[in-house]
Amino acid sequence: MRSQKLHLRTRLNGEDTEFLCEARQTLLEVLREDLGQTGTKEGCSTGDCGSCSVILDGRVVCSCLVMAAEIDGRNVETVEGLADGDHLHPLQRKFLEHAALQCGICTPGFLVAARALIDRNPDPTEEEVRYHLAGNLCRCTGYDKIVRAVLDAAAEMRSN
Amino acid sequence: MHELQYSSPTSVDEAIEILAETNQDPRVLAGGTDLLIQLRAGARHSRHLVDVKRIPEMNVLHADARTGLRLGGAVSCALLCEHPAAGDLYPGLVEAAALIGSTQIQSRATVAGNLCNGSPAADTTPALLALNASCTIAGQSGRREVPASEVVTAPGRTVLAPGELVVEIRVPPPTRGSADAYHRLIPRTEMDIAVVGVGASLTLDEGGTCTGARIALGAVGPRAFLATEAAASLVGGPIDDATIARAGELASHAAQPISDKRGSAEYRSEVAGVLTRRVVAQSADRARKTL
Repeated sequence: MRSQKLHLRTRLNGEDTEFLCEARQTLLEVLREDLGQTGTKEGCSTGDCGSCSVILDGRVVCSCLVMAAEIDGRNVETVEGLADGDHLHPLQRKFLEHAALQCGICTPGFLVAARALIDRNPDPTEEEVRYHLAGNLCRCTGYDKIVRAVLDAAAEMRSN
Repeated sequence: MHELQYSSPTSVDEAIEILAETNQDPRVLAGGTDLLIQLRAGARHSRHLVDVKRIPEMNVLHADARTGLRLGGAVSCALLCEHPAAGDLYPGLVEAAALIGSTQIQSRATVAGNLCNGSPAADTTPALLALNASCTIAGQSGRREVPASEVVTAPGRTVLAPGELVVEIRVPPPTRGSADAYHRLIPRTEMDIAVVGVGASLTLDEGGTCTGARIALGAVGPRAFLATEAAASLVGGPIDDATIARAGELASHAAQPISDKRGSAEYRSEVAGVLTRRVVAQSADRARKTL
């Protein structure tokens, strides 16, 4: 028996998208290998590191723990959906300003997870940011700069 | 995962029909936060994932003081934690759900999956046991109600026969003067597996006498279990320092932990006593506030 082929329709970063995939593929695999959306990174593939974070129907999830078949008819947002053309999202700008990244592999996951937080809670405390981002691991920055960047971005977004 | 079929039935009956094709070793896919990792690691096998998240009956989430809690097998921990009434009625269960994994994991993980995965360290399982929860299990031969305390039989094993699934978890309404609590110990603040987890539910009368108690221990035995002697020691008297200390001693004695990288057996037994004292005291405080 070969893996079942599926024809899926989903909304990806605001655009209706149709694609073929196999039942054995994860959302992460389909995003990177079939849809060319390589901003989403593979880290641990066990749901521990958060580098594959995407927003599925308004909730941040690890795309390594979602089967592609599950997203038929659903709404998926990835890091590629953050910037508006060449105009960076405030989170992206603040990550650069605060030097909240070094090697960068975890950054898309942090940006997506932070976006999900600010969407639900525009004025998070530092503690709330730290708890919300506990599932995103960074081995370079020590987290402080990331937390400051998220708080600063949230403040800027509130003032606009 | 090379050979795989995927189905997303829209009714429990349809799911049961698919699950009956046992030659494909079908597995229920709810949150997938344990299952997909286990399939990839080769710890479990399946050639057919049956996604239950599009079954309306399994997405039921209802909590009120009169009828209690109905928690569908596909409801995520995030939804339970956000429910406007669940946290007031069952703070211990909701706190346990909020302790599991990360924000990302809670978006997907389910309480029913936490139970059926059968980990001795599952956070919501002691909370369910303390609340005397039951599960509606459906299969080809019909439906049956099984107490949550009897669902897990051994690490990774449950009473579910091939082709059966947990449709819903039910928790009785909290009576006047009753409340629950759940505490776990991990060496950091987030993203870890319980060294010990303890759930409790107490009922007090107007005079402060304990009229009912359930204490459940997690991660100190092959499955979460009720510490019946510790709970019974509280019934019939006040909840004070002496009775709390006695319940802690009995819980510590009831623990049958193993030593592993998360802690020695001796340490876990000690901690089971400490957490029991804390959950009993917290349950009692909460129960008094309902009187």
